Formats: sequence, structure tokens, C-alpha cells
Amino acid sequence: MGKRTIIPFGPQHPVLPEPVHLDLVIEDEKVVEAIPSIGFIHRGLEKLVEKKEYTEMVYVIERICGICSFGHGWGYCGAVENAMGIQIPERAEAMRTIWHELSRLHSHLLWLGLLADGFGFDSLFMHCWRIRETILDILEETTGGRVIFSVCKVGGIRKDVDNDYLKGIVEKLHAIEDDIRSLTTVFMNDTSVKNRLCGVGVLSKEEALDLCTVGPMARASGIELDMRVGTPSYQKLGFEPIVRTEGDCYARCAVRIGEIFQSIELIEKAVEEMPDGPIEVAVKGNVEGEATFRLEQPRGGAFYYAKGFEKGTKFLERMRVRTPTNMNIPAMTKMLQGCDLADVPMIVLTIDPCISCTER
Amino acid sequence: MDKNINAIQDFREITASELLPTVRNLKEGGYRFVQMCGITQDDGAIVMYSFDKDYEMTNYKLHVKDGESVESITGSYWNAFVYENEVHDLFGIEFLHSALDFHGNFFKTAEPTPWKKK
Amino acid sequence: MSYITKSPWIIHYDGSSCNGCDIEVLACLTPMYDVERFGIINTGNPKHADVFLVTGSVNEQNKNVVKQIYEQMPEPKVVVAVGICANNGGIFKECYNIQGGVDTVIPVDCYVPGCAARPEAIIDGVVKGLGILAEKREKLRQEQLAAKSGAKAAPQAMPVLDDPAEAKEEEA
Repeated sequence: MGKRTIIPFGPQHPVLPEPVHLDLVIEDEKVVEAIPSIGFIHRGLEKLVEKKEYTEMVYVIERICGICSFGHGWGYCGAVENAMGIQIPERAEAMRTIWHELSRLHSHLLWLGLLADGFGFDSLFMHCWRIRETILDILEETTGGRVIFSVCKVGGIRKDVDNDYLKGIVEKLHAIEDDIRSLTTVFMNDTSVKNRLCGVGVLSKEEALDLCTVGPMARASGIELDMRVGTPSYQKLGFEPIVRTEGDCYARCAVRIGEIFQSIELIEKAVEEMPDGPIEVAVKGNVEGEATFRLEQPRGGAFYYAKGFEKGTKFLERMRVRTPTNMNIPAMTKMLQGCDLADVPMIVLTIDPCISCTER
Repeated sequence: MDKNINAIQDFREITASELLPTVRNLKEGGYRFVQMCGITQDDGAIVMYSFDKDYEMTNYKLHVKDGESVESITGSYWNAFVYENEVHDLFGIEFLHSALDFHGNFFKTAEPTPWKKK
Repeated sequence: MSYITKSPWIIHYDGSSCNGCDIEVLACLTPMYDVERFGIINTGNPKHADVFLVTGSVNEQNKNVVKQIYEQMPEPKVVVAVGICANNGGIFKECYNIQGGVDTVIPVDCYVPGCAARPEAIIDGVVKGLGILAEKREKLRQEQLAAKSGAKAAPQAMPVLDDPAEAKEEEA
């Protein structure tokens, strides 16, 4: 047995787009223990509710994270609407669903690229990001922004897209579907890729349940958990979660790839069944009660909580966001125990960490 | 399934002595830990715990007065260490018998315990 | 673009950004925008880098990291602050844990606006930065030449590399 050494990993590290720090306790080439430390990006934006009115706060919440920005906007608006007892129009709900799924597409393609970069397959990284640009173009055409959209607001959405245009979006998505398929075949079948992913960072179903993992992390370990199952706008589209049982890096990759094609289908169905009508309801008064809201972000289930003052002011008393990476970091430290040092980047990447979400 | 997870709003009060037995029961009952957060109050803070089973979520609120400390739930839910350290660093609430205590080094903030009422 | 004579290498650090600018910085490197055609490469090692791209604002915990990365970079170097948060704190300016823009810690040469900054704007900012880099390089060379001809015993920060073109002229 070798001597124990501690290797610091991060915060500035080539495979990490974001700063997170891990102290890896190493014995020879094996990781014995991993201790995470975060807080590099902590801004304290939840406390801004004291300075921004509840309608303005949407802009701040959307900027928790540039990748899952739309979902955060929806989650916040959902929590406030719940607390105020507002029912948003069906068309607004359906449009939110479409934008949310487009965000998932861009997030998963982005992640596939980062993963390819992580195992040293640079051309694959470039292709993932090339295809992702089409999704960003669609988002820019419909919302006006590439990464931060600001189309969600308390009481509905800010912009409407006409039905013919929506059909054009579906055509564009079908046009890149083959591209995505040839790309994902490499992830699923290439020997060198499989060497890096199969059997690495295994998380059993029991461990995943015990550590309360969420999102693709949970679904790759055989847990059928997806907040979309309990969301009415997805129930209408006949949503079924994608589940794998292996629990390794390969399974997590497979779940996300499955979700890419599923998202395209969901968008197609949502466009077909798009109801007509208004896109917003008038919002009057202040938030007095409290409410929670949950939805499925690309990285897993997220939790939102809004609480107004009892006497009701334009400001909220407390706004809380719990993001999926928060739930998956403990599982990551467990998976790192006993792995090879060279596999650390793979395991860290396959939880799809979003640190700016985690620290807010 | 045709339930709407966001239509269920369940908030309950809980006392410090009930906390650990309740959490132990929830864990045995197959509940998943969802989150934990602090809410600033004039005389301290409310610590809110959320648990979920079959997409039904229950929120437990524990009132913690200034200077009081709370038993850690990391014995039942190890992954709660992320939240306990966060609440400790932001609200200045001590968690006793924690399985992984960062001793105030989790979030480094410019001013200590920024959420605590001044 | 005629003043780009060398391949400038970039190091990117995420201060406390929301990822929005970071993914746009990465998007610059990928086929759609492809800054590699200008010879620009993203490196992870500050000692290899000429241009320091910072996204997001500075806080208590990362200000020393930013400072250290900056100090490790060899002279001449250019700092480009990408996005409104890196410029002055942006929407998070009032947050308790935000110190402000990157210029509160290290000198910034070029500010790129936007939330999130668009890839076109980032490329524009980097190219502006390269102009500044060329100026700095020339200034450094003049200083070192002056030091070389003046007090030979004076310690030098960096050895002066003779320009091969000039050397040839002298030989002739």
C-alpha cells in the first residue's frame, strides 16, 4: 500500500468549465476519499428578493445559470403563481414546455460535447457544439436571446410564436435529427469511448436511493424519477421517463442521449396539440402566502419556494432555489471513492455539474 | 399518473425534540430528502426540511431561536451535509453531531452569516 | 487583422458567472465561430497564456485565484473582461458576496458588454485585446533594448529575444 497523498483538483482545471474544488486523497493511483469544497461562485442572489420586486426578480433568477436559465424562470414564476393562486393560460403552459425542452436539447448537446472533450475526443466535441448552434438559433428566433431568454413572467409568457412558425421549428429539429443520430452512435458504440465510460463510476440503485440523487443520475441507476411525470403539460404529451439500470458513466450518457430524441418528440407533439388563446393573465396584488414548485431541469428535479410577507408587500420574504447538482454532489463524492485518478474527470463530468446553480 | 405535483402544498410545524425521530421514520418509510433551507426571522430563523415520496412533498418547519443549535440529520440522510453546512455558513446555526462538518469553510463570504438578522 | 503575427493563447477563468458567458466563450472555439482560424487556442495553463478572459464578477473566495492566475501569466499580457458581471458586477452588483468587476482586483484592458456577451462581441473584444497586446509587446521590447544598451548589469525581467528579421539586417 502506498503513502497517502492529497491532490487538489480545481478550482481552475482544464476539464472544468466552472470552478469547483476537490481534495482527492490518493493511495498510489486510487482515490480513497474525495472532499468537495464549493463557494467560489456564491453570490447570495436569493437575498436580492429584499431589493427587487417579485416581478423583477425573474431576471435575477434566470441568471442563476446560463444553461438551465429558462427552467429557473419557469420554476420561480410557478412558485409565485402557486402562492398567489394564479392559473396561467394553456397556451402559455404549452409554450413554456416547448422552450423548456429546447433548453434541455441545448443543455444535453452541450454536455455531450464537454464529455467528449473530457475523454480527449476533440472532433466529437466540435460536432456536438456545431449541432447545438441550430438549437440556439431557434431559441434566438423565438425569444431574442441565445442563452438568457427572459420570456417567462409571472402570469404567463412575454412573447407568442405563431403556429406556422412552430411547425417550422419542428422541421428544423427533424433536419438535424440524423446528424445527432450519427453523433450519438459514436458515443454509444465506439470502442475507445466505451473503454472510458463502461463500468466507471458505478452507482447502484440502493446507493442512488440512499443519496437521493435526481435527474439522469437517478434514472441511469434504475430509479424511475422524473418531475415531468407529475406535470400536467407533460402528461398531455404522454411522457414516460427513460431509465437504464447499469448505473455507470455509460448509462448516464445513454439516458441523456435518449432524452435528446425524446425532447424532439415532445416538442413535435406539443406543437401539434398547441391550444389557441391568450398567453398571459393579468397579475394584481402582492404575494401573501407561501408555495413550492418543482420541475425537471436538464440536470434533474429542481425545487423552488416563494414566501411573501403576511401583510403582503411587493417584495418576497424568502426565495429559495434548490438545484439538481446540490443533490448529486454527495453521490459524486461516493462514486469517486476507489476510482482511478485518471477517471476523476469522467465521473465529475457525468453528474453534469452546474456549480453556479449549486452556489447561487 | 395524473396528479399534479405542484398542486400539493403541505407545510407542517415541528419541534426540536421531534426532529430526529420524524426524520428517522421518513427515511425508513422510503422518503427522499429534497432540500433544507433557512428563513430569516426576527428572533432567529426557521429551518425548513422537505421530503418527498411518490412525488408528494412534505415540508417541515423548525423554529430555531438565536443561540440554539440543531441536531444534524446526516445520521439518516448523509447527503444533507451540503445543506447543513450551507445553513451554518449563511445563518450561523450550529448543527450537532454532523457526519461531515466543514466548520464554516463551505461558503466563504465577505461578511460572516449574511442572512442572520442584524 | 494584419497585426496578428503570433498565435495568441487564451486562458479562461469563471469568476462568479452564471455560465451564460462561459458557454458563449466556449462557443467561440467551436465550428460556428471558430476562433482557431486566427490561431487562438484555449489553454488551461496560465504560464502558456497571452490573453486572460474573465467572466463573472469577483468575490471574497476567488479574488486571490484571479490574482494568482494573472501573476503567473508571462509579460506581455492582456485581460479581457467578458460580460456585464465582469465589467462592474451587473445584475448581481447588490449581492452581499460580490465585490464588483474584475478591475477591482487586476487591471483590465478590454471590456466586452452583454448579458450574456454574444460570441461575436467576445471575438471582437479579444481582437481588440490583441492590438493592445502588440502595443505592450513593442513597449516591453523598447524598454528591454534600452536597458540592454544602457546599464548592462541591471537585472532583466525577461531575456530580450532578438527579432530574427532585425538580426539579418544587422548582419547584412
